[in-house]
Amino acid sequence: MQHLAWYLTLIFIGLLIVIFVSFIFSSKSGESYEEVARRDYRHRQKLFWLVIVAGVIISVTTLLPWPHSATTNPANEKVVQVVASQWHWELSQQQFHSGDAVKFEVTSKDVNHGFGIYDANMKMQAQVQAMPGYTNTLHYTFTKPGEYKVLCLEYCGLAHHNMTTTLTVLSAR
Amino acid sequence: MTTRTQSVTAQPRERLYLQLYIATTLAIFVLMMLAGVVMRAVQGTYIHMSPDWFYQIMTLHGAGMVGIAGLAGVSIMWYFLRRYVSLTPGLFLANLILFIIGVVMILGAILLGKFGGGWTFLYPLPAKSMGLWSHNAAAAYVGGLLVIGIGFLLFYLDVARALLAKYGSLGRALGVNQLISGRIDTDHPPTVVASTMVLIVNTIGTLAGAVILVLTLVNLYYPTMQIDALWAKNLIYFFGHVFINATIYMAVIAVYELLPKYTGRPWKVTRPFLAAWSASTLMVIIVYPHHLLMDMVMPDWMLVLGQVISYLSGIPVLLVTTYGALVQIHHAKVRWDTPAKFLILAVFGWAAGVVPAIIDGTIVVNQVMHNTLWVPGHFHFYLLLGMLPMVLGFLFHISRHENETTKDRSVGMGFWIFMVSALLFIFMFLYSGVMSVPRRWAEHLAAWIPYDQWAALFGLVVLLSMLFFTVKLLARLTHIRLEA
Repeated sequence: MQHLAWYLTLIFIGLLIVIFVSFIFSSKSGESYEEVARRDYRHRQKLFWLVIVAGVIISVTTLLPWPHSATTNPANEKVVQVVASQWHWELSQQQFHSGDAVKFEVTSKDVNHGFGIYDANMKMQAQVQAMPGYTNTLHYTFTKPGEYKVLCLEYCGLAHHNMTTTLTVLSAR
Repeated sequence: MTTRTQSVTAQPRERLYLQLYIATTLAIFVLMMLAGVVMRAVQGTYIHMSPDWFYQIMTLHGAGMVGIAGLAGVSIMWYFLRRYVSLTPGLFLANLILFIIGVVMILGAILLGKFGGGWTFLYPLPAKSMGLWSHNAAAAYVGGLLVIGIGFLLFYLDVARALLAKYGSLGRALGVNQLISGRIDTDHPPTVVASTMVLIVNTIGTLAGAVILVLTLVNLYYPTMQIDALWAKNLIYFFGHVFINATIYMAVIAVYELLPKYTGRPWKVTRPFLAAWSASTLMVIIVYPHHLLMDMVMPDWMLVLGQVISYLSGIPVLLVTTYGALVQIHHAKVRWDTPAKFLILAVFGWAAGVVPAIIDGTIVVNQVMHNTLWVPGHFHFYLLLGMLPMVLGFLFHISRHENETTKDRSVGMGFWIFMVSALLFIFMFLYSGVMSVPRRWAEHLAAWIPYDQWAALFGLVVLLSMLFFTVKLLARLTHIRLEA
C-alpha cells in the first residue's frame, strides 16, 4: 500500500509538473484572453465529471468492505488486550503464529498513544490510536513469521520514541 | 455591485502597521525554519540534542509556523480587502500586538518552562508531563495560544462588520445570492469572496480552539474537571485543521489580485468560482475527521465523511484556482518577474500538496501512513511550496519600486535554489513516510538516518535561501506601497 501511495503521488505530481512547465513555456505569445479562456474552459466541465466519477469508484472500492472491520478469519480471532501508558505497552499476549487473526483491543491509562505494528523489515502493517477512556479495536492477521515491533505513533511526551515492544510470530501451526 | 468604495490613499499609520507585520513574519519564518532544520539534523545525528530539547523545539516549530502562517495570511487579506471595505487599522494592529504577547508567553513556556507537549497540546498531555514541565509552563503555552486566538478573532470581527456594512449579509459577500439567482456579477471581487469564506470558517475554528484551550487551562489547575479525550481530540483537530487551511485561503488572495498584473488578464468571479468557494466553506468545516481515521470509536459515518470530503476538497483547488492560474498564463504574454514566479510556484505547490493529502485521507492508506513522515510531507508541500511562495510573491510585489523594471538576478537565482531544495526536502519526508518512519520521534533507527541527513542538507539550503529573501525584503521594507 505504501508503494502504491508513493507511485500514485509521483505520477500525479509529475503530471502537474508537465502541465505547469508546458503552460509556462506557452506564456510568451500574447494571444487574446477571451479566445484562450473560451478554448481552455471548455474542458473544465468534462474534467469535473471525470473527477467525480473517479471519486465514486475510488470511494466504493476503498470503503467496501469497511476497512476497520476487515478480518480474514472472524470465527477464530484471538482477542488481545493492549494498554498503553507513558512509556510502555502492556499486552495480554505477545506470541502468535503466522496465520493468526487477532483483534487488538487498545486503550490508554494516561495520554493518547498510537499502537503501530511493524513487521520484521520495519514496514508498518497496521495501526490504531490508544485513547484514555476509550477502547479502539484493530483487526490484524499475521501472515509471516518473524519479530514484529510495536511502535508508539502518537506523540506522548519525553520517551515517546522509546515506547516500543516486540511481538513474536512463529511459523504456522 | 461596486468594486472599490474606499479611498486607497496611502496612510502612513497603516503602512507602518503593515511593515511591522512583514518584519515579524519574516523574522519568525526564518527562526522557525532554523528550528525545523535543527530537528532534521538531530534525527540525522548531525547534531546531538537531548530528547526533551528536541520535543521543545518541535513544539516551538509547530506553534510558530502555524501562528506565523496565520499572521502572514492576515496581512495579505487585510492588504487587499481594505480596497473594497472599510477596515479598522487599530484592530489590525491589535492583532499583531496580541500575537507578539502570545509569542512571548509561548517562548517562555517552552524555553524557560520546558513545555514540550507538541503544538497540538493533545489533551491530557499538557497536564501529564511526567515531571518534565510544570502546570504553569503548560498554562503559559495554552494561554499564549489563547491570546493569539483572541487577536485573530478581533480582526475577523472587524472583517465581519465591514463586510456586513457593505454587502448586507455574509451570503451576499460570498456570492451565494448570485449562485441562486444565476445572475453573476463579474465585478464582485474574488478577494471579498475568499475573505468571507475565511471569516466564516476561521471564526468557528478559532472559537472551537478557544473552548478546548480554556478547558485545558481549567483542567491544569482543577484536575477533577476532566474532559472527554475524544471530544478534546475532535475540538483540537477541528481548530487546527481549519486554522492552517485558512492561512492558505487568505494567502491565495495574492494570487487572484496580483497574477493578473503580470499576465495582463483579468481574474473575475464566475459561477464555478463562486460555487467552489461556497463549497469550500462547508468542506473545510466538515472534513476534519480525516485526522481521526485511526480512532475507530468515532462514528463510521464521520470517518466516511473524512475520506470523501478530503477527496472532494481537492476539486476547488485543482479545477478553480489551479485551472484559473494556468488559463491566466496560457498563451499570455507574461512578465515573469519574481512575484509572478513565486505566485505560479505557489499554485503548483498547493495543487501538488493536495495529491499526497488526498491519498493519505483514504482510510486503507491511512492505516499504514498515518503519523508517519508522509504527513509532514504533504503539509510541507502546500505550506512551504504553496503558502510561503504566496507570501513571498506578495512581499516582492508590494516592495518593488514603482517603476522597477530591472530584474534582480540574485533573487532570480535564489528562487530556483529555493524551489529545488524545497522540493527535495519535501520528497525526503514523503519517501520516509513510504519507509514507515514515524513522525515526531526525537531519535531514529539507523536505517532511517540517511533520509534525515539528506533532508537536513536540503532543509539547510531552503533556510539559507529564505534568509537571503528575508535580507532582500527587509532592505526593501521602506519601499512598501499600499496601492501596489
